[in-house]
Amino acid sequence: MRRIAIIGIGHTKFGRASKTSLELFSEAALEAIDDAGVELKDTEALFQGAALPGFEEGQVMPAVFSAAELNMCPIPATRYEGACASASIAIREAAMWVGSGEYDMVLAGGVEKASSMGTLFATRTFAMACHAPTEGPVGLTFPGVFAMAARRYSKNYDIPIDKLREKMAHVSVKNHKHGALNPLAQFYKKLGDLKVEDVINSRYVADPLTLLDCCPFSDGAAAVVLCAAEEAKKYTDDPVYILGTGQGSGGPLSKMEDLTKPVSRINSARMAFKHAGLSPSDIDVLELHDCFTIAELIALESMGFFGWGEAADATADGQTDLGGKIPVNMSGGLIGKGHPIGATGASQVYWLVKQMRGEAPKDNQINPVPEYGMTDTLGGDFGTLCHIIVGRTK
Amino acid sequence: MVGKEQEEMEKGYTVLTYAEYEEGLRNGRLLGLRCASCGGITCHPMPVCQWCGRRVLKRIELSGEGELTTFTVIRVPSEGFEEDAPYIPCLVKTKEGPCVVGRLDYNTENAMQELIGKQVKMKGSYTYEGDKYSGGAHTCPVFGVVE
Ligand SMILES: [Zn+2]
Repeated sequence: MRRIAIIGIGHTKFGRASKTSLELFSEAALEAIDDAGVELKDTEALFQGAALPGFEEGQVMPAVFSAAELNMCPIPATRYEGACASASIAIREAAMWVGSGEYDMVLAGGVEKASSMGTLFATRTFAMACHAPTEGPVGLTFPGVFAMAARRYSKNYDIPIDKLREKMAHVSVKNHKHGALNPLAQFYKKLGDLKVEDVINSRYVADPLTLLDCCPFSDGAAAVVLCAAEEAKKYTDDPVYILGTGQGSGGPLSKMEDLTKPVSRINSARMAFKHAGLSPSDIDVLELHDCFTIAELIALESMGFFGWGEAADATADGQTDLGGKIPVNMSGGLIGKGHPIGATGASQVYWLVKQMRGEAPKDNQINPVPEYGMTDTLGGDFGTLCHIIVGRTK
Repeated sequence: MVGKEQEEMEKGYTVLTYAEYEEGLRNGRLLGLRCASCGGITCHPMPVCQWCGRRVLKRIELSGEGELTTFTVIRVPSEGFEEDAPYIPCLVKTKEGPCVVGRLDYNTENAMQELIGKQVKMKGSYTYEGDKYSGGAHTCPVFGVVE
């Protein structure tokens, strides 16, 4: 396999959009193309993540119409769907195709327009990533799944639920602090000085998770231009390389051994580390899937950054913030930046590249710039997991 | 494909269909499959053993008894469940081994962390009639705490 480089990145504002998904994706794609200093016609295929376009805008085959919108037809254009991990698996596939030598330059990314569905119907469609025959009739929701995981975390590690709620709240406080500094975030200039008590006293969505333990419904798009690593310096002085990727599949909740130790995530992260020849101690920054506060803790432990049951205290201690052991979600994460589900994985890659270029929002920038970064994206109730490790050197 | 052929084909690969499993639930019975290779119990049904992946499976009935692994109280429901909220999804580790997902019949205001680990027993079922996206109705087990 050849090494792969990211030479261009694009990212729309996240939040509530009046534009269509086609327009949102086009804007992210054109920004990425301009950033790379290439032309649309230089790209040989389009890989697009999109989770629920059929329900949002009555659109299937969104990748094809995005290609058409950009006058890229007849090149191959494919939609990838792994619920909230859609863009990550699209980028992973794109990297595989470039790595194989089949293509030299491709466009990849993702888009979602979830906010137009409204909370009730959006909750319904997001729950479609649960196991329909058994979890469907139960009326399980995504906050519900992670609330169940939080109760299990409390039980496994003998942390009283009220104590755990305080520790989880630190995830929301930290990610909102970063999100409030990020001009492209849904909560830019909002909730930046959130307190632990605010999270705890917010209203319950699914006990023990409150509204401020949850990420919002969002619209937005993000895109990247990938090329073979050996060609990257032709286009940019500071390419970021994709060093390793991993992907894992889970299943119905009832078939999981332990909700706090998802095998799909453990295996996917290990695959990415092995592929990159790196370990957690090499990683300088993480963009991970904090769809809910508890989700950030479970992710940190499953990826090997903290021992089982240790991420809650570590987070409350500030070890996952700037200056800590491993800064996590300096972009604001899903909680502070917003979560247009099909775009999230591409947004995570975008913000790692920004960090590595030294272009993150001022107070979110890690100094010196990180050498290695890693994404973690989760779709469904641990159904699709994807990890991408990037670095400044090949 | 006509009736007889269809029936033969299903018999070959699907020992217990979702429809039969759910009909069992509506009749107060928790049905599953026993693996001839490893002896493990699969529930809900799958075409292969959920433990070893082998395919010689025989229908059995589970006791419906088990331990409450975790639960939540849903306050913000998804469309179609507005009338039900608040309600309690739960995971139960059955005596026979596999976990099943269902509803817990319990006062939502008293549903606290201490419930985890309690013995529960299937006491009925809940059928969601479905919306235009669910391909028809589906049924899940309802558990009660054994006091
Ligand atoms: Zn078996």
